[in-house]
Amino acid sequence: MLRQIEGSKAIAETVALCRPEVVCAYPISPQTHIIEAVGAMVKEGTLAPCEFINVESEFAAMSVAIGASATGARAYTATASQGLLFMMEAVYNAAGLGLPIVMTLANRAIGAPINIWNDHSDAMAVRDSGWIQLFAESNQEASDLHVQAFRLAEELSVPVMVCVDGFILTHAVEGVDLLDQSFVDAFLPPYEPRQMLDTEAPVSIGAMVGPEAFEEVRYLAHLRQLDALERIPAIASEFFEATGRESGGLVRPYRTDDADTVIVAMGSVLGTLKDAVDARRDLGERVGVLGVTSFRPFPSEAVRDALASARQVVVIEKAFSIGAGGVLSNDIAIAIHHEQTLLRTVVAGLGGRAITRRSLEKVLEEASRDELATLTFLDLDRDAVDRERARMQATRRSGPSAENLLRDRATVAPKVRA
Amino acid sequence: MFQIRIHGRGGQGVVTAAEILSVAAFDEGRHAQAFPSFGSERTGAPVVSFCRFDDREIRTHEPVMEPDAVIIQDVTLIHQVDLFSGLSSDGYVLINTSNGFSDLGFGDFFDHYCPERLMTCPATEIALEHLGRPLPNAALLGGFAALTGELTWDAIDKAVREHFSGPVGERNAIAAKAAFDYVDSKIKETARASTN
Amino acid sequence: MTSQRVHFYQVGSFAVGNRLLNEEERTIQAQADRTNSIDSGHRACQGCGEALGARYALDAAMRATNGQVVAVNATGCLEVFSTPYPETSWRIPWLHSLFGNAPAVATGVAAALRAKGKKDVRVVAQAGDGGTVDIGFGCLSGMFERNDDVLFICYDNEGYMNTGVQRSGATPPAARTATTEAVGPEPGNVFGQGKDVPRIAMAHDIPYVATATVADLHDLERKVERAMEFHGARYLHVLVPCPLGWGSPSSETIHIARLAQESGLFPVFEAEYGVVTSVSHIRRPVPVEEYLSRQRRFNHLFGANPRPDIVAHLQAMADENIARYGLIAPEMEHSS
Repeated sequence: MLRQIEGSKAIAETVALCRPEVVCAYPISPQTHIIEAVGAMVKEGTLAPCEFINVESEFAAMSVAIGASATGARAYTATASQGLLFMMEAVYNAAGLGLPIVMTLANRAIGAPINIWNDHSDAMAVRDSGWIQLFAESNQEASDLHVQAFRLAEELSVPVMVCVDGFILTHAVEGVDLLDQSFVDAFLPPYEPRQMLDTEAPVSIGAMVGPEAFEEVRYLAHLRQLDALERIPAIASEFFEATGRESGGLVRPYRTDDADTVIVAMGSVLGTLKDAVDARRDLGERVGVLGVTSFRPFPSEAVRDALASARQVVVIEKAFSIGAGGVLSNDIAIAIHHEQTLLRTVVAGLGGRAITRRSLEKVLEEASRDELATLTFLDLDRDAVDRERARMQATRRSGPSAENLLRDRATVAPKVRA
Repeated sequence: MFQIRIHGRGGQGVVTAAEILSVAAFDEGRHAQAFPSFGSERTGAPVVSFCRFDDREIRTHEPVMEPDAVIIQDVTLIHQVDLFSGLSSDGYVLINTSNGFSDLGFGDFFDHYCPERLMTCPATEIALEHLGRPLPNAALLGGFAALTGELTWDAIDKAVREHFSGPVGERNAIAAKAAFDYVDSKIKETARASTN
Repeated sequence: MTSQRVHFYQVGSFAVGNRLLNEEERTIQAQADRTNSIDSGHRACQGCGEALGARYALDAAMRATNGQVVAVNATGCLEVFSTPYPETSWRIPWLHSLFGNAPAVATGVAAALRAKGKKDVRVVAQAGDGGTVDIGFGCLSGMFERNDDVLFICYDNEGYMNTGVQRSGATPPAARTATTEAVGPEPGNVFGQGKDVPRIAMAHDIPYVATATVADLHDLERKVERAMEFHGARYLHVLVPCPLGWGSPSSETIHIARLAQESGLFPVFEAEYGVVTSVSHIRRPVPVEEYLSRQRRFNHLFGANPRPDIVAHLQAMADENIARYGLIAPEMEHSS
């Protein structure tokens, strides 16, 4: 049913339809509305049988999910940023144990400096953990992806995180066509574990594995993620047959067929990008957009096919590897064997800085003239940076950079820069 | 697409206002989107929220850079925050104050704007009268409907009642209607005056 | 437990073994049909107190629940020596996740069992002192605070033994560990630190808290069975000497545990909802020196450069425990 609803609420209601049996979470902006909504449903009995545990930390949250999942229960949690890092040990543990936990990651920047706004640095921090990572472009997709996520996770025995841009999507009120219980029940069969703590058939789970077998265990995990490369589009296709909606899948190309330049990105910026690309197309430019929905496993083949005829690829990313450069760009580069293709990285939206259509159109403008640098930081205040660098050069004890910059910009109220 | 930017302070229901607008538009069968510019929860701090609606699917998620209408819930923000950035010259402005628009010290800033689209409305006073609390957001939505004609009164009324529910919803709806009538009569007054 | 008159001349010493008791009074371990939750073949050191304690505790839990126990284990000696890949010595469902999360994982297991309506299956979480007192403490307190239906057993050998005998929040003052060497003016672990987790557990007002040692195995079994009569958060803190880490002969593990209790350094008691309900009285109080001198980790307090001042300080701590818990039975106090 189509409803005008806050993204978080849509996610919560969809997760509830998936009949989780144990939900455990620790509050952190911007995920709070999701778990509050699920908690309320459990408390008033509309989501049952389900145990909602108010844990004392994110580390506890993922640990509770691990215990629950290993006992054969469908387990769900949600977090962001610092919380994800606090549970990192358990995140790797869950993947290593092959537990099909589903987690919403309300993407948020990682401090210091502390920042509660959206970027993708949290998801990037765990990209090697063995979790499947799916990025939602809109609240509709965010909601739909959770159903697909449980299905995928339980089929493969691999945990799945659904990445949803914090605030931008979680706190936006938009039209979302919510699924109903009968659909979800048909799409998502009851959880049948591969391994389970059961007094009727006791097993020991969590052994130490030494050099003699560790590589094989890791390789098997890799193969399972590669299996996901087939299952993800298959599940998305099944979803499309049933709903008519394109949610999920590996990549989502938009006007890329004859594109000379293709912009690659993940998450909510894709919507703004499509508007920008349409505007450029109206000017006669051959540009397109490639959304990457499945970041892990990385769909190298699908990416390569989509970018095969592009002369220039511009990757817009909301994270970067300090001291190195782009993160998504690297995966793209390897996929496309970029000797023949011009590959440009634009880092944008860090710490929640708005990515405006105007800025994107400027990027496209520069790209069309082949004037984009290899690595650009969008809307960077060069002067502020230079002033701080000069300050650091002049005095050894020049003070904390972040505070100096804030004072420089005299930020008093949230200014929307035109 | 019609885009609105609402400025106010934390605790005045700025975010709720945008959400109600989006629901009203949704109820009229349009695509709508509402979201705040986010910050840590803090009463009194300047807050901005956005709403856009369109007959086509809305894909973008950028903040409203070029509003068609700006609603100012707290007049103390004037001269402190860049409230009118990106507002086109035929844009609408609705300010919560009992003063007239020309009394607010804008100088020649609005010289090239359409005067019939620049409106003030004593929403706080209306809210105090009908709600007993200085929460002007619902009232301003009524004023917005009258000023722009972009959303019908019925849609606003329904959305306000849906959001607040019960007697609170009733009182907010009354406040919104009072503001709607106020703005509506001001517009008619101006129209009569200009034809005279 | 009922008492039974025994004729000492049958043995010629104070030792009263299982075999002198009526069958119903003997330990679960003495039964042929014991569950062997942790079975033989594990790789624990000779004389390991933890292996002994775990065996008694888990089989007692199994009997109390008709064999319906799921165990969650923190990283540590017990986990490592019981699951040498590709073998396991666990005959019950067993999960090892991480070092610091055993209480939280157990909470998750209990929640899942509840969601699935498996009311009879009970959860036992176990960890060493490191996984309980230090790195697991946040999760432990959270589990207590929520009153989750978990029996948490801490096998306390007073140090991080599996990684090479480093100091933990349970390491007693003056003890030598690899990170509190017996050098300098204050050799060994310093005074004024450490956490008394049984008391902290009591402060959470959870249904049942108890301490025990591997010197009184009847008592340990009984306490596990008692714990299983409750639902909600329960905590059992068991002193398990580590011959390697403590530098004691592997044949003296039980004896040393008894000395710890009889000196007053390790009070043995039970509490319900934050109030002490019983104590194990000290029949024959021993000076702390008798306990300390059997362990090389306290060697530096004796010998060539003795530290009677430190020994006296430890004695004062023992005396304080005796006073706090009333460990000397009233009738004992009157006899000279």
